[in-house]
Amino acid sequence: MHAALGKQTRRPMLPHLSNRLSLTAAPALAVPLPDLVGEDLACRRGERIVFIGASFRLSPGDTLILSGANGSGKSSLLRLVAGLLTPVAGRLLWGIAPVAADLASHHACLHYIGHQDALKPAMTPREVLAFAAALRGRRLASAEPALDEALAAFDLEGIADWPCRWLSAGQRRRVALARLLASPAPLWLLDEPTTALDSDSQTRLEQAIATHRSKGGMVMIATHAPIQLDAATTLALDGLAPPLQLDPILAE
Amino acid sequence: MILAAFLALFRRDLRLALRQGGDTGLVIAFFVLTVVLFPFGVGPEPEVLARSAPGILWVAALLAALLSLDRLFLPDYEDGSLDLIALSSLPLELATLAKCAAHWVSTGVPLALISPALALILDLDPRAIATLLASLLIGTPALSLIGGVAAALTLGARRQGVLLSLLVLPLYVPPLIFGAGAVEAAALGMPPRVDLLLLGALTLAALPLCPWAAAAALRQALG
Amino acid sequence: MLTRLANPARFMRISAVALPWCAWASCAVIAVGLYLALIAAPPDYQQGEAVRIMYVHVPAAWMALNIYLFVAVASAVALVWRHPLAEIAARSAAPIGAAFTFVCLASGSLWGRPMWGTWWVWDARLTSVLVLFFLYLGYIALVNGFDDPGRGGRVGSILALVGVVNLPIIKFSVDWWNTLHQPASVLRFGKPTIALSMLVPLLVMALGFMLLFAALLLVRMRTELNERKIRALRLNSAASVRPKRRSEHGVPARPAVLR
Repeated sequence: MHAALGKQTRRPMLPHLSNRLSLTAAPALAVPLPDLVGEDLACRRGERIVFIGASFRLSPGDTLILSGANGSGKSSLLRLVAGLLTPVAGRLLWGIAPVAADLASHHACLHYIGHQDALKPAMTPREVLAFAAALRGRRLASAEPALDEALAAFDLEGIADWPCRWLSAGQRRRVALARLLASPAPLWLLDEPTTALDSDSQTRLEQAIATHRSKGGMVMIATHAPIQLDAATTLALDGLAPPLQLDPILAE
Repeated sequence: MILAAFLALFRRDLRLALRQGGDTGLVIAFFVLTVVLFPFGVGPEPEVLARSAPGILWVAALLAALLSLDRLFLPDYEDGSLDLIALSSLPLELATLAKCAAHWVSTGVPLALISPALALILDLDPRAIATLLASLLIGTPALSLIGGVAAALTLGARRQGVLLSLLVLPLYVPPLIFGAGAVEAAALGMPPRVDLLLLGALTLAALPLCPWAAAAALRQALG
Repeated sequence: MLTRLANPARFMRISAVALPWCAWASCAVIAVGLYLALIAAPPDYQQGEAVRIMYVHVPAAWMALNIYLFVAVASAVALVWRHPLAEIAARSAAPIGAAFTFVCLASGSLWGRPMWGTWWVWDARLTSVLVLFFLYLGYIALVNGFDDPGRGGRVGSILALVGVVNLPIIKFSVDWWNTLHQPASVLRFGKPTIALSMLVPLLVMALGFMLLFAALLLVRMRTELNERKIRALRLNSAASVRPKRRSEHGVPARPAVLR
């Protein structure tokens, strides 16, 4: 059943892929990244096949906006690219190296901000960011400049030491987004990032994305709201749903 | 790098348990209440209580540990933190180990520490108190680890709490037998060594196997 | 053999032929077994006629354990090779196994009444079977506990493996516990050398139970497959109502190969 996957020989990771992991908050990425390529991806949630034949190519500095109606699979595609879901068909590659061959370093290359904020009511934004960075293997003391910069970028200094249970929906969203800056990663996967944001906060997000792209970072966004992004390409997921839902067990 | 992430997760879970306070307090309160209720059920005769004290204490501790298990992964699953953990530099197996360790420190250790006081009110033979403490300290990690598997398996299921108890019940039989057996042996003036060793063997066997199974179950929950 | 059967369509064809044979064979063998057990076999010199319960009790206990092992093996196949039929086999076998376990417990209790004078004794073997019964119940509840049946099946497979690893541990600990608390003045199920006149009906009954299991398993698996077919048809009729906008976006026309 895994014929398509099995045929891909397990290539050793390209040298620049491992270099990319050690990258810190350098002004620009030292080594150019390979493209992130999705080839004919298909996704299945439960018994429903959400989409088939989703293809894209993301070069350093690129932005891809996922569009489509509710249920067209925008979130699923983001989770699939993040490696949280496994595609039922198609391939995901960094250049020519399949992502599935080294999921751990793929995870180290990306930030995924889902539609949930992943905040604990009893923790402060500062602790949330330090924990998120530590999970990615980056130890941040609570007074570290990188942490302050991340907080400042989303205007969170004033509430950095409040427990999250006091925060409004928009503030919580900003804390979630500040994770992007607390530890660097070349690929950002954002699921409806502008939900609950006011216009000032949205500008801050657009700025953060622009800075990230200017350093050679890549961004994939699923969104309904209009968002100001230069030279973004769009992947429409409407119409990628298969006309027939085939339970593979019934396919002969 | 992996160690830093492991410690960060362990510390966060511990910090949340302490700050929210509720979980540890609830577990202790449940333990105390169950044990205190028993004399009302079986009568106040010291011989009867002393005879059944090892079993009562172990069953009550086991039920108390079970009580907090559905909180092990559920909050992280519901608020999206589990995604962050799955995408971290920490393999999911070690992440479950860190969470189970935090669960043990915030429930198993307090249960063990308070057990001598409850042993006194049940009139347990004083010779057995040290063994009781030791058996709970050795055995509760196995309870947390096995419980972690059940909690991961039932994540996102309908009626998780009931399902969790049903899954855990048969799996908790061996630790209960050896734990209560050790205390009973000590109370009868016999060496509890073999029971304690078997209990330790259970914990040691659970240490690599349970995080592995729990991580496999968590992957299903994420997908 | 296994890979040939692994195709669901082929399984449906072969099982349709095999099912009546299994069913009638199990009826015949169990009838012969019951005749041998209830009429032909001699009463026990100690237990009298009550010993005849053994011819149901002991094969049921064998089936209880063996079906759990079957569930575990099928689960391992489902996890390693991701084969949906293995998963269906596992989830279909579990309730049958639970039923055999229940028969074993109930007949043990009935047997215990004349032998021990009580309906239940915490005998090591009965207790182990009781714990096995709970393992079955947990598995069945877990498999059916999710809104997405696929998720229940995969998670159930993991539980079956956890359970099968625990089975010897539970057996050992219960034996240990039972020797510590040796109940006095209780007649225990010994392992005396069984006379041939008793062994033959026992084995015939076991064979009959195995055939019965095979027949029931086939029925349940066929039902499950038909159920899935209906669900897929429902989904398709729902999908065909939706407006099709495929052509506008230039979607590749070739069918996707689903892994």
